[in-house]
Amino acid sequence: MIRTESLYKSFGEQTVLHGITAEFKAGKMNLVIGRSGSGKTVLLKLLVGLLEPTEGRIFYDDKDFGSLSKKELRKLRMQIGMLFQGSALFDSMTVEENIRFPMDMFTTMTEKEKLYRVNDCLTRVSLTGVNKNYPSELSGGMQKRVGIARAIVLNPKYLFCDEPNSGLDPKTALTIDELIQDITEENRITTIVNTHDMNSVMETGDHIFLLYQGRITWEGNRNDVLHSTNETLQDFIFASPFLRKLRDTAILNGKSI
Amino acid sequence: MDFNLLYNFGRYLMLMNAAFSRPEKWRMYYKETIRQMHDIGVGSVVIVVIISVFIGAVTAVQFAYQIEGNLIPMWYIGYIVRDTTIIELAPTITCLVLAGKVGSNMAAEIGGMRQKEHIDAMEIMGVNTASYLIMPKLIAALLVIPMLVAISAFLSVMGGYLAVVPTEYLSSSEYIQGVRAFFVSYNVFMMIVKSLVFAFILTSVSCFQGYYVKQGSIELGKASTNAVVFSDILILLADYVIATLLT
Ligand SMILES: Nc1ncnc2c1ncn2[C@@H]1O[C@H](COP(=O)(O)OP(=O)(O)O)[C@@H](O)[C@H]1O
Ligand SMILES: [Mg+2]
Repeated sequence: MIRTESLYKSFGEQTVLHGITAEFKAGKMNLVIGRSGSGKTVLLKLLVGLLEPTEGRIFYDDKDFGSLSKKELRKLRMQIGMLFQGSALFDSMTVEENIRFPMDMFTTMTEKEKLYRVNDCLTRVSLTGVNKNYPSELSGGMQKRVGIARAIVLNPKYLFCDEPNSGLDPKTALTIDELIQDITEENRITTIVNTHDMNSVMETGDHIFLLYQGRITWEGNRNDVLHSTNETLQDFIFASPFLRKLRDTAILNGKSI
Repeated sequence: MDFNLLYNFGRYLMLMNAAFSRPEKWRMYYKETIRQMHDIGVGSVVIVVIISVFIGAVTAVQFAYQIEGNLIPMWYIGYIVRDTTIIELAPTITCLVLAGKVGSNMAAEIGGMRQKEHIDAMEIMGVNTASYLIMPKLIAALLVIPMLVAISAFLSVMGGYLAVVPTEYLSSSEYIQGVRAFFVSYNVFMMIVKSLVFAFILTSVSCFQGYYVKQGSIELGKASTNAVVFSDILILLADYVIATLLT
């Protein structure tokens, strides 16, 4: 579980986040949705400590993130995995070396154990036979899978995904979403996903936070979305006239989506 | 160019300070250092060979032209080529060229890692990126660049030979007589000091430019250019300072 208490973040004059108070539950897909530029990435970077909040606090299972000692922070870091928007695989390393990297850097595992774990993770994300390939030789969807494998290699308790679907076709995007969801539920991970993809919202949204102009203006799950009267939410999910028509027809016929 | 000098100088010092913190895993740093040594060394040998031979050749031909017909004996050519290259040309020109080749490359590599969030990814894992990305490059440069400079000095002397002996300015034995005359080993010490200082400058400045790059390919290009420009200026400045201090 991760909890924030009135988080503020400003860059100079511009305040991007205006007091975010939220609780992200364990074993659930916690989705942060919002238009491009609404501050999703900034929120994620605050949570993982890449940025410092201007004000407010972050708790990891009731441990105050801001007041951890160096040693505690290092321990917590090993429990955090992150999937980046562009996968952020290291170009100079093969797929295998990328996935091994956290183990090489922070554990005393033997070669054999590491190799076993690498193949385990690759199997989990349904990728095999690419151990010796370089990231540039893989498709976007495959790179995302390798990114996931690297993020979960140390069995994290917390997983962060920044726009896992960006740059993928809808079908591939969906399989990536499902993969993240399955891994989350299998290992009871606290997963926080940034997305502006309405497909992922409707398919995987256990707990959804709508970020609008730096505030959380709506909270709920995927079943609540349809019946919500929140205009920003409706605008966001049903962005095109086509989708709105679809929604209205569904409601008219008493169907759920 | 950014003239916010003091601010950037402070940031540079802080980055260098962070770059020298204790490695998480020595083995990983060792591996990375070897990779960098290979990149810097093997990647630069050809260009160093080419420029060195020409530097020596040009020095020899021009000195021959200057002393032709006056009282200075022709075999001095070997002596002059040896000392000017050891003291000045080999370390300075090699490092100016390496700033263009190795420095811009480092800035682009680290800058690209910043822009593509590789640095963020490492930070989240708990890696001290300032240290992991910069220290191996510095160590590799400090080990390899003096070797390249030494190779350069040797090849310059050979270049001088090739330029004046086959063209019959003077005989082979006269040239070698000059090369062996008045040898002061202190000059080699100066060459090594210079190459160490220049290697540190070009690596640290280039890493700094890359590490703090902003988003966008224009910024990446700028960082790469700035790496070369600032390295070159600082190398020449340091050259002057070392020359006054050590002579
Ligand atoms: N490092 C930064 N410095 C200044 N402004 C920033 C920085 N990072 C993000 N911003 C600003 O914060 C706002 C939100 O950005 P971001 O979180 O990336 O949006 P998104 O929801 O698309 O991920 C944008 O207006 C952006 O300009
Ligand atoms: Mg974003």
